Amino acid sequence: MKTAHELALHLALLLVVPPLLLGVIQRTKAWFAGRSGPPLLQPYFDLWKLLHKGTVYSGTTTWLFQAGPMVSLATALCAGLIVPLGGSSAPLGFSGDVILLVALLGLGRFFTMAAALDTGSSFEGMGASREAAFSAFAEPALLLCLAILCIPARSVSLGAALATLSSLAPGVSHPAYLAAALTLFAVLLAENARIPIDDPNTHLELTMIHEVMVLDHGGPDLAFVLYGSAVKLFVLGALLVHVVVPPPPKGGWEGVALLLCGQLGLAVAVGCVESMTARFRLPRVPQFLVGASVLAGIGLATLLYRGTP
Amino acid sequence: MTGYADFILLVVLVLDLYVVATGRLASCVHASAFQGVALALLPLALWAPGHEGRMDPQLLHLALMSLGTLTVKALVIPQLVLRAIREANVRREVEPFVSLHLSVLIAAALVGISFWLASVLVLPIPAPTMLVVPVAFATVLVGFLVLVSRKKAVTQVVGYLMLENGIFIFGQTLVREIPFAVELGILLDLLVGVFVMGIAIHHISRAFDHIDTELLSALKD
Repeated sequence: MKTAHELALHLALLLVVPPLLLGVIQRTKAWFAGRSGPPLLQPYFDLWKLLHKGTVYSGTTTWLFQAGPMVSLATALCAGLIVPLGGSSAPLGFSGDVILLVALLGLGRFFTMAAALDTGSSFEGMGASREAAFSAFAEPALLLCLAILCIPARSVSLGAALATLSSLAPGVSHPAYLAAALTLFAVLLAENARIPIDDPNTHLELTMIHEVMVLDHGGPDLAFVLYGSAVKLFVLGALLVHVVVPPPPKGGWEGVALLLCGQLGLAVAVGCVESMTARFRLPRVPQFLVGASVLAGIGLATLLYRGTP
Repeated sequence: MTGYADFILLVVLVLDLYVVATGRLASCVHASAFQGVALALLPLALWAPGHEGRMDPQLLHLALMSLGTLTVKALVIPQLVLRAIREANVRREVEPFVSLHLSVLIAAALVGISFWLASVLVLPIPAPTMLVVPVAFATVLVGFLVLVSRKKAVTQVVGYLMLENGIFIFGQTLVREIPFAVELGILLDLLVGVFVMGIAIHHISRAFDHIDTELLSALKD
């Protein structure tokens, strides 16, 4: 059972840390480019600024347009309640929550796309169609990854799956987890519109995917979108960090410290990938994601063939 | 130690897929060089942990074997192929007969087949780790795929290399029982490999003399 203390810690981590990751990514990219870069806390300042602005809604939009950012933020936060942070159990863990996690990410994406289509802008429609196409390739990869995590635990609960991972002996456990980690990293880049897939900084409509869908949002809505994507990065990052450096079974402060260090390391890694690789041409993106799915499939095959750890 | 061996084998498998998925010639060659590094580490990772503590003459054999593998597969042959690409002015894309998407899916199917094959095949000596046999089959089959599905001579060299890497991995199943025979086999493999490389690269330079870009630049419209 969760104590109030653990719950507060979970919420605090989930609510406070995500924008910091964006700041770390930006600083890493600035370091590569030889700039000094914005302050680490800049995403917080941006969110604060956006929350104090007013919004303008086009007369052609409906409630869907206003619901999009809210639903995407809400689903990201709900997903954050399902994923255990730092070895302790999650506030919303139950049998089958793995499926709910993927469904929540899908729901948030659906509402972002619906809001984009609601504006009637052809560019936003293009962005939505690309997002739909690419996420169709990213979702199987994520599901296969989660299957790799769940099979050793013989449970479809993320809490049980990650606890099994924690209880394994430290060091080399099973090659399937390497496949899972690599696939999760690819999915994380795709889900969060990071560089080999999509460029969060570009403002050339023809090449944008995620950014083009939120072009018409302003003020608090834009803040929700930015915060929601930061939370999504944090949630998927927490999964990845747990797979790469499993925290001790009971969690505690050691688990939280591992999680935070892992997340910061991950943000630096994302920044390095963004600085060192060029964006894929659009036809290459599905290939990359199919490759990730195939890798997860191989991981699954080794798991089933070699036996669970 | 077999945990590390399985990780290395997974890396080999990932590199197999990378070779099939990448569109750049140099990336193919780099990937096969990394595969050479992984294969050089493999005998050390598979080295029987039971012999730890006392100095085993087998260890010296293994160390020499991996050093030889590292030199030839990770340094010499990739350098030769990269030089061939540079000097023959080969265009830097692989030119597949089937699309890259389809190649990845075929390679995935081949990996699936090799896992099935490994589960029905009964070896006289049990494999040192579970993944050795399926990864060996997968590397051989994907090597064949690269051989038959690419137009360029350079990619065919990479295909040969992968084929030979698969045979090397399969040889690891015997390494505990008859290390000397395996060592000889691998050295023979390498010799044949380098031989084939020499012939292939000779062919490449002959074939590409005709489409020298120097001649193309002399064209006027």
